[in-house]
Amino acid sequence: MIGIDKKLDSDGCDLSNLDSFLSDRVQSVPPSGIRRFFDLANEMKGQVISLSIGEPDFVTPWAVREAGIYSLEQGHTHYSPNQGYIELRQAVSHYLADRQGLNYDPQSEIVISVGGSEAIDLAVRAVINQGDEVIIPEPCFVAYKACVSLAGGVPVTIACKPENDFKLTADQLAAAITPKTKLLMLGYPNNPTGAVMSRDELEKLVRVIEDKPILVLSDELYAELTYEPAVHQSIITLPGMRERSILIGGFSKAFAMTGWRIGYACGPQKIMAAMNKIHQYAIMSSPSTAQDAARVAIQDSEKYVAPMREEYNRRRRLVVNACREAGLECFEPLGAFYAFPDIRSTGLTSNQFCEKFLQEEKVAIVPGNAFGECGEGFVRISYAASMDNIREAMKRLKNFVSRSKQNV
Amino acid sequence: MIGKREEILHLLEQNARLSVEEISVMTGQPEEEVRATIQELEDMNIILGYGALVNWEKTTSAPVTALIEVNVTPQRDRGFDEIARRIYRYPEVKSCYLMSGGYDLMVILEDTSLKDVAMFVSEKIAPLESVISTRTHFVLRKYKMNGTEFIKQDEDDREAIIL
Repeated sequence: MIGIDKKLDSDGCDLSNLDSFLSDRVQSVPPSGIRRFFDLANEMKGQVISLSIGEPDFVTPWAVREAGIYSLEQGHTHYSPNQGYIELRQAVSHYLADRQGLNYDPQSEIVISVGGSEAIDLAVRAVINQGDEVIIPEPCFVAYKACVSLAGGVPVTIACKPENDFKLTADQLAAAITPKTKLLMLGYPNNPTGAVMSRDELEKLVRVIEDKPILVLSDELYAELTYEPAVHQSIITLPGMRERSILIGGFSKAFAMTGWRIGYACGPQKIMAAMNKIHQYAIMSSPSTAQDAARVAIQDSEKYVAPMREEYNRRRRLVVNACREAGLECFEPLGAFYAFPDIRSTGLTSNQFCEKFLQEEKVAIVPGNAFGECGEGFVRISYAASMDNIREAMKRLKNFVSRSKQNV
Repeated sequence: MIGKREEILHLLEQNARLSVEEISVMTGQPEEEVRATIQELEDMNIILGYGALVNWEKTTSAPVTALIEVNVTPQRDRGFDEIARRIYRYPEVKSCYLMSGGYDLMVILEDTSLKDVAMFVSEKIAPLESVISTRTHFVLRKYKMNGTEFIKQDEDDREAIIL
């Protein structure tokens, strides 16, 4: 920058050191601890098989893409209402009623967001005051903690245990609650573990919070990707939960629409109005093209999701079977598109395992500790990749693990 | 939810080289069960064979595909089956269908040459007594066959890691 080197402002602040201008909140969010690994994987992109990606390898179903093209042809290139086109909100409302028996008023209880991620950010910002505590069971999607910190809240993480398949237990939840607790963030089916919570398990959590002033954010982005015998059960369907819960849903994972950036939030009218206020000032509205395409997807959801779900399920069985044959313990992931095997028997840390696996076998996967410290000793394998790539990668995994174990 | 049998059929239709072991893992069915199901499907002539999906246009052999519409007079008691059989028994015929609409039989020749098609129509099909007329179409380009697109966009252009 010309002209500002060493120039001092009136408070003596050094403009050449722009770090000092960054907000404390932004600076309080630590850079990713595995940045080095990310860079390495990106550098080797093209030469490696990537089982590291948290997005479907499928392209959006053609009928949905075609709806987007038609929308553009019709000249739907303007702002939509802030909370989204009413037709899409109605479609979301019907869909949730049909799939989960949840009833949300499309006029006042649904906001269409720019992906599930924006909806999470909106929800946190709408309810969190400086110093409010937010309970986050880990391992989990990496954005939860950052959103809470950026909103001035205090993330209180719970280290979920491998022996519970990394599911949150009532005891752990009860122990984390303080008078400052405002919000509990749940993400099931879980990224990165693939764990799914049963009705029984959720009921135990409800009993812990039902007499306390605690809200629940239920991130259900992977709800459609749940495999037999598991069924997706939203905590919001349990008695008394609807009025204190925010449901986050999306199109990215179920309909392979990551790049369209479209999701939604549902909840009590007051909270939705608050979220819509932030959404309105920060984003204005979600992309109109994406909304038109998403409506087609969700109106006929099973037609588009079923073939992908069946294919994921086959890959899931293949990956879990291969991990176990390779000598890694791996609990049965019944949701999302991840397996989360235990690599401690190799004597390597998660980072070492992933770095060596990348360098020696040219396969990229993600260290478990990227999703919270308690994920150390585990790795996340995404099976959102072609069957051919998965089969080859699993062959290499077997070689790598057997080599590593010889060195233990 | 498709049935277990249909799932195996879809898998083999996509990739006939899958082993029983692999199908067993992918579908979560025991190996013996998969083996028995496939045997049964073969016995019932539901699985008729296992082939590769070939793009002949990329080989040096003559890559002509012809679709021949044939109008015929059905025969008493035997309908179209007898005349169809007389046509489809020629090894040149890759597929043969009885059609509704403007003509009766669709006869498909693949991996052949213009000359061979012309000879086949004029010498083998047209002279048949029940054949009233034929119309021959040549395929100019194949875009998609058996569910597979010929121009593959198989480059994975997703970001290596996002969050």
